[in-house]
Amino acid sequence: MKVKSPLEIYRYLPQTNCGECGYDTCMSFAAQIIERTVKPTDCPPLVKEAEKNPKVKKKLEELIEITSPEVKEVIIGKGDNAVKIGGEDVLHRHELTFFNPTALFYDVWDTLDDKEIDERCSKVVEYRKFYVGEFLTLDGIAVRCTSNDPKRFREVVKRVAGYGKPMILVSLNPECMRAALEEVAEERPLIYAATEDNWKEFLELALEFKVPVVVRSKDLNKLKSLAVTFKEAGVEDIVLDPVTEPIGEGLRGTFERVIQLRRTAILGEDKDVAYPIMVTPIAAWALEADDVSKAYWETVIASLFIVKYGDVMILHCLEPYAIMPIVTLRYNIYTDPRTPVQVEPGLREINNPSPDDPVFITTNFALTYYTVESDLTSGNIKGWLLVLDTEGLGVEVSVAGGQFTAAKVKDLIKETKIEEKVNHRYLIIPGLAARLQGAIEDETGWKVLVGPMDSGRIKGWLEQNWPPKEK
Amino acid sequence: MAEKFTLEEFFNLLKKYNVEELEGVRIEGDLEIEIEPGAAVDPNTINALLALTQYVNLIQEFGNFLYHANMALTYLQRLSQAFGIQLPVAAPQVQVPEVKPTVEVPKIKLPEKLKEAKFEPYKVEYPGKIEEVTLGATRSEGGTREITITVGGERSLAFYTFDAEMPHMPVIAIDVFDRRPMLAKAVREHYEDVLDDPAEWARKAVREFGADLVTLHLISTDPLLEDRPASEAAKTVEEVLQAVKVPLIIGGSGNKEKDPEVLEKAAEVAEGERVMLASATLDMDWERIGNAAKKYGHVVLSWTQMDINNQKTLNRYLLKRVGIPRDSLIMDPTTAALGYGLDYAFTNMERIRISGLRGDQDLNFPISSGTTNAWGAREAWMKDSPIEEDTPWGPRELRGPIWEIVTGLTLALAGVDIFMMMHPGAVAVLKEIMNTLAGKIAEKADENAWISMEG
Ligand code: SF4
Repeated sequence: MKVKSPLEIYRYLPQTNCGECGYDTCMSFAAQIIERTVKPTDCPPLVKEAEKNPKVKKKLEELIEITSPEVKEVIIGKGDNAVKIGGEDVLHRHELTFFNPTALFYDVWDTLDDKEIDERCSKVVEYRKFYVGEFLTLDGIAVRCTSNDPKRFREVVKRVAGYGKPMILVSLNPECMRAALEEVAEERPLIYAATEDNWKEFLELALEFKVPVVVRSKDLNKLKSLAVTFKEAGVEDIVLDPVTEPIGEGLRGTFERVIQLRRTAILGEDKDVAYPIMVTPIAAWALEADDVSKAYWETVIASLFIVKYGDVMILHCLEPYAIMPIVTLRYNIYTDPRTPVQVEPGLREINNPSPDDPVFITTNFALTYYTVESDLTSGNIKGWLLVLDTEGLGVEVSVAGGQFTAAKVKDLIKETKIEEKVNHRYLIIPGLAARLQGAIEDETGWKVLVGPMDSGRIKGWLEQNWPPKEK
Repeated sequence: MAEKFTLEEFFNLLKKYNVEELEGVRIEGDLEIEIEPGAAVDPNTINALLALTQYVNLIQEFGNFLYHANMALTYLQRLSQAFGIQLPVAAPQVQVPEVKPTVEVPKIKLPEKLKEAKFEPYKVEYPGKIEEVTLGATRSEGGTREITITVGGERSLAFYTFDAEMPHMPVIAIDVFDRRPMLAKAVREHYEDVLDDPAEWARKAVREFGADLVTLHLISTDPLLEDRPASEAAKTVEEVLQAVKVPLIIGGSGNKEKDPEVLEKAAEVAEGERVMLASATLDMDWERIGNAAKKYGHVVLSWTQMDINNQKTLNRYLLKRVGIPRDSLIMDPTTAALGYGLDYAFTNMERIRISGLRGDQDLNFPISSGTTNAWGAREAWMKDSPIEEDTPWGPRELRGPIWEIVTGLTLALAGVDIFMMMHPGAVAVLKEIMNTLAGKIAEKADENAWISMEG
């Protein structure tokens, strides 16, 4: 956003410190706008006043304008499944954070038979990978028109729409695109793509059906020219495709174009190119190579542009070995570096444990906690999980740094009243906290068992060690 | 010298991983120390192995293998330390911006022509420059290397060749160990024949897998392993120097007490060869390691745990207190695997590089990455997901290399100059993409074909 200081925003606010927004003062609300955790319309008095007073309305609009993200935000799809792309403000995540994770669309094409289409769609819809307390999933389906037959394209698009995922419609043929839009325009698909050759028809389609549109050109002057033309004709939701060339000098050129576009949008404040960027790693599949090589190369291209400014992608390979690094990298790069990675300390009951079941302890560092918790849950292990407040540090570091101590374990045992819930006194500690075994036994009077180093192996460990042999 | 790989070559390398062919592959436990049936096995080796069981189990439990000797023991600590970075701001819930209704267009009126526009790329120039550091020395320079390698010299972000020329390509070192390490099967099968012979191993890494240089990890010196004396370990250094003509990186075992002695001895026998000593850290006798590098004309690797301020501090100690010349220092700000702290590693390196380019004289040094750490991620080596609801993960032989590639590529974009890696397929693919980004690969391919391809 243009403003950098809360003071500049404060001028636009009612300055009454009424607290209705949830912040004590207008100043702290202004600071939150800078952080992009709230937006101007979250100040109720300002919104109410704007409804009555045209002068205030103008002020609010100005405020929205100066606090809007540098890069336009575009929505694909509708309802709960809609996906937001763009809306970025910075070039490097440490400068603030990246906001809308790269949206991943996987393709089907209309010369597949219906069964194959269903198979691919189901894979997209069902894909899930557990990570830090949530499931990573895929965003949508790109339908390519390979039949060049408007009727068939329309049919397939309708079929795919039934899966409820956001869609990208891929065809350079305006007739095919029109047929598809007549069927699914309501779903707000992204249409791909307007080029130098077909731009007029596509402009008409974008306006008529009110759908977001991709403009495509390798020549950045042309690309900008397409964007400006569309914008002036009244299209708001534009996505830029500087064309993904899959290898060699072409790919290098793609890298340069993507970076130049985003840098010029943010640092150069060129609003005419401040749109989300489309990258198509699927282009790797047109190369001559075996499938694994193509899948690897597609993954490489996707990774490159997850790190560097790709906002939406079309991909092909639905093999989990190719998807997994992509969704993981996307999560890592788009994680808000300002948010602490901790969970609430306390006691968690896993799979309705009984008083005979084991008691485990771990730290409140999010990655550790979720890994342990999910390993227990999905391993169908019944047990009691104590979560120690280690100030968000992992096991080994907190043991070394004094955040994981016998005294704190004792307090936690007391606070959680675990002694009233189980009829044994065995505590399983992480393998990496082995050196605390004696100290915890002395401090708490519990017997301490040293568990495995990786919680993925708890199940096997329990088979050997639980119930404990010596009573 | 960066070896040039053609696309075809690495496709060939990868071909053997094709799924069809995997069906015949026996998938073993997560980690194995294999003794070939019928092979003549030295009873001492067996005893050593038995004595090690405890330790082996430890590592086994923890992950999969001893991936990077100087990092193995402290790996998790580093990771979690990195993760544990306390962040000042507790961000309240992010509000979902409301969907803006599409603007009403009263009547569609189409323009006749495209509106002309000129795209003016925004120019970025940095005042600073990353130091150039040369590894290896030829005969005329007092060593015996046939090849020397220079890294650094950047004036722009990595591969932003449109901002400034890239004077040197990043390079890849392949890890070599002076005793059998524990390796993920997908990695180990490429080194099966050389696991007991570091000199052969180094030769294979260079000849067959295109390593630009070699990292020799003297892990046998670990008091928890063989506790081999420093002077003995130094003999392996000499052997490897004999075996290959590329520059050498020498690592210890990660034991804070012993490493200074081991690296000092290694520095002595490698005098004049301009190796890199890996590494000096804040919690060991960095002064002794630094002095050894200075005395024998080597480069020192300054290794900190994902903390830009500690990196500054250690660099300053080495430069000011020890007197390491500015052309003899490289940094390892710590590499965490994809999914296990890569976000911190990436951002830390990116910040360090940008600071260096902006003129911070304590941070404008080349960066090294222990990319092999990627194999610590369970996604890289575990048979399948321990989470029932997960979509099955697919063949791990294909997961491991791509995990190493994506970890490396991400950090390449943050500015890494030296990668320490292991899987030959990963090495080849990372080289290919770096050569591509640097403009060294002329090929082009049809960028429109995918739109209408059937398949
Ligand atoms: S609701 Fe508006 S007026 Fe009230 S404190 Fe918040 S910002 Fe200020």
